[in-house]
Amino acid sequence: MASVVLGLVLGAVLIAVQGHSVSSAYSALVLGGAGDADALLRTLQKATPLVFGGLAVAFAFKAGLFNIGGQGQLLVGAAFAAGVGFGLEGLPLVVHLPLALLVGAAAGAAWGAIAGVLKATSGAHEVIVTIMLNFVAGNLTDWLAANPWQDRSGSNIIARTPLVQPSAEIPTWGWLPAGFVLAVIAAFACWFILERTTYGFEVRSVGANRHAARYAGISVGWIMASTMAVAGLLAGLGGAIESLGVDGRFEAGVNVGLGFEGITIALLARTNPIAVIPAGLLVGLMEAGAAKMQFESGVAPEIIDVIQALILLFVAAPLIVRWLLRLRDRPDAPDRRLTLGAGWGR
Amino acid sequence: MAASTAAVAETQPEVLLAGHGITKHFGSVVANDDVSVELRPGRILALLGENGAGKSTLVNVLFGLHRPDAGQVVIADEQVELSSPHDAIARGVGMVHQHFQLVPPMSVVRNIVLGAEPRKLGMIDVAQARRRVLELADRFGLHVDPDAAVEDLPVGAQQRVEILKALYRDARVLIADEPTAVLTPQETDHLLDVLRGLTDQGVGIVFITHKLREVMAAADDIVVLREGKVVGTTTPAETSEAALAELMVGRAVDLHGDRFESGATGVGSAAPVEIAPDDPAPVPETTSAEDSGQPVVLDIAGLCADDDRGQRAVDELTLAVRAGEIVGVAGVEGNGQRELVEAITGLRHATAGNVSISDRDASGARPRQVTVIGVGHIPEDRAKHGLIGSYSVADNSVLNRYFKRPFAAGGMLRRDRIDSHARDVVATFDVRTPDVESPADSLSGGNKQKLIVGREFSDEIDLLIAAQPTRGIDIGAIEFIWRRIRERRDEGTAVLLVSAELDEVLALSDRVAVMYEGRIVATVDPRTATREEIGLLMAGAAAGVGS
Repeated sequence: MASVVLGLVLGAVLIAVQGHSVSSAYSALVLGGAGDADALLRTLQKATPLVFGGLAVAFAFKAGLFNIGGQGQLLVGAAFAAGVGFGLEGLPLVVHLPLALLVGAAAGAAWGAIAGVLKATSGAHEVIVTIMLNFVAGNLTDWLAANPWQDRSGSNIIARTPLVQPSAEIPTWGWLPAGFVLAVIAAFACWFILERTTYGFEVRSVGANRHAARYAGISVGWIMASTMAVAGLLAGLGGAIESLGVDGRFEAGVNVGLGFEGITIALLARTNPIAVIPAGLLVGLMEAGAAKMQFESGVAPEIIDVIQALILLFVAAPLIVRWLLRLRDRPDAPDRRLTLGAGWGR
Repeated sequence: MAASTAAVAETQPEVLLAGHGITKHFGSVVANDDVSVELRPGRILALLGENGAGKSTLVNVLFGLHRPDAGQVVIADEQVELSSPHDAIARGVGMVHQHFQLVPPMSVVRNIVLGAEPRKLGMIDVAQARRRVLELADRFGLHVDPDAAVEDLPVGAQQRVEILKALYRDARVLIADEPTAVLTPQETDHLLDVLRGLTDQGVGIVFITHKLREVMAAADDIVVLREGKVVGTTTPAETSEAALAELMVGRAVDLHGDRFESGATGVGSAAPVEIAPDDPAPVPETTSAEDSGQPVVLDIAGLCADDDRGQRAVDELTLAVRAGEIVGVAGVEGNGQRELVEAITGLRHATAGNVSISDRDASGARPRQVTVIGVGHIPEDRAKHGLIGSYSVADNSVLNRYFKRPFAAGGMLRRDRIDSHARDVVATFDVRTPDVESPADSLSGGNKQKLIVGREFSDEIDLLIAAQPTRGIDIGAIEFIWRRIRERRDEGTAVLLVSAELDEVLALSDRVAVMYEGRIVATVDPRTATREEIGLLMAGAAAGVGS
């Protein structure tokens, strides 16, 4: 939280230095993200894949794995969900939509599992493998959208699939997209699995002390492989919701970068699955409100990226925060400083 | 540096390296107490002593790693103040560490010249480096492929690289810290030849070991340390392995001697005397597994296992533990005890042989299967294996049983049951913690260990494997854990105790199995065997002498 405040404060300084009004910029940002039903819908739609992407990183991290592959997992999820969404006709919504979501999730899970299985069997580092798989996923889905699954209607030459059938569309209730509801459910499900089930105990044990986990009779390889599959499933589901609920199709290049933002979100949330929700909402709101901010106060929307980067920097570098805060803080606040100093990870 | 090959042939100082009255404290522990040693050119000085006798501290002082609280260091007849190892190296003292200081992917030549490279036009003169390394290797008979990557070499060859590294820096004194601990017997013989060859060229060698055979074979002078003091200075001609063992292990002088002399009792006078099993029926002849009428719980036959380096560490080991007895494995550390425990508990792959537990085949079993069969395991390294430091006391109290009823049902953890179990363990085993939600890392070493013992004892177990169960904990906790282990034994649990502390083995065991180089070389009755006998066996006397 302190990191967010510091990031916004420094962002304000940057806005002021450019000669713009800080108060009008920030109020436009908030209004653009939450000022009315449309703004709120935009924020929640933006937040949905961010929450899923954040969970994909946070969950894997609980097993001590750094999943950089959210991007690739999200892309295959988005592409395959769209494939099922437009390709199958005549199914009722209660069958078609869950099926499309499921296929997207399964595609993401399979993509994540590749890295997990390789790590478990050969020790191949998941960071390297997931980064490489991002490129493979990007090219594979580009090819799918440009060739077998391309929209051939009219004179379309864009590498994109046809629109999904109405029976595969994710509904929106007023300002509330159903996809965001799924994201919240997923976050609580992750928390429940990690904290309340024996499987979660195993995942956390492997992350906290691999040797002790082995001593405790836990199959470290299985946990690594399955955890990466779950992480991929989450990212894939995020991608599927993007195709079925926001874009209505899969289009090459549209979702690029979304998966990487999951890392930002997970960092912001300190890999706590519940905290991923507000982290996703915060970033979602800033992205949704950026256009209005530019329109009303003339501040370039890139300032949002700068603020995000600053917040991330403060999260990742708790020592800087501690130092900055110590200047203001009462010296007798050991608890707070301890928490800030705990940093991300171990 | 350039004139390295000529250096050792120059006029020799009278004393190459000496410590006079070296005293070194670590907190309240006296690691070295007025220790004096002297190394002359062309001689091999063996520093002999048990673990913790102060050998490493002494050489670390001589090498400039520690500053002594009192006493002087002399190098080449000159009294010196060493502020770092660089000072020692500059004066011609080289050290071959037990853990090699090499860069594994780099070639032998590059490792040897690293930090002292011959240069030409600002670049490393590889050709010259290679030539000089080959020269040195040839002169001292240290044969090793100069272009091989160090990681591809066997351990013995890596050690030769370490020695060459020291010689390349004009070392006239070589300190070797337990150089044979990692070597095979053949490599050990070769090393001793190499060291002998070095002394022929005027190099002096300080050789740390606790293996008597090597001392008798290679040393010119022997200094025996015990509890930080020099307890004997002799030569192989004047002594015998038995005499050395006696010096090394000590007798009446020993801190914990009373424990042993009075037969398996507790620690000090405060300890409740727990000799119940021995008292009513002294069971005089429990020296072999066949004697008692109890069923065999742990049956190990021909077990083989490799260490992390791929060297055979457990070598066709056969051992049985019956219900209601404690079998203590005594041995100098590094003789395969760790690998033995890991092979039994499924943490290490056994390359051959059989393990059966409670008449069930447990060969190649996974850790989970071993737990389910009914085995409790107090692991040697509590921080690495025994606990997850960031987990709460409660979670750690079910670390290897979390999946069982009543702690879990249908894949769900039952927090209430886990918490109440943890409170039981904390109360019964006197684990001092504010509450069961505190992270295990916040506990002291003794309380961590009590938590582990409590966890392992709170389930139905037929076999307890206790590896170094009291290492590094305070005397009160030691006494407590000993008492619990004895209680378990009295209830009929078979106990395999592995400890580097001979006192602990003697105090607890009904039978003592002495392990040396991966085998059980003898099984003795702790009530009749003397410490000297066991010490001699631990030092490999049975294997070396062939008795």
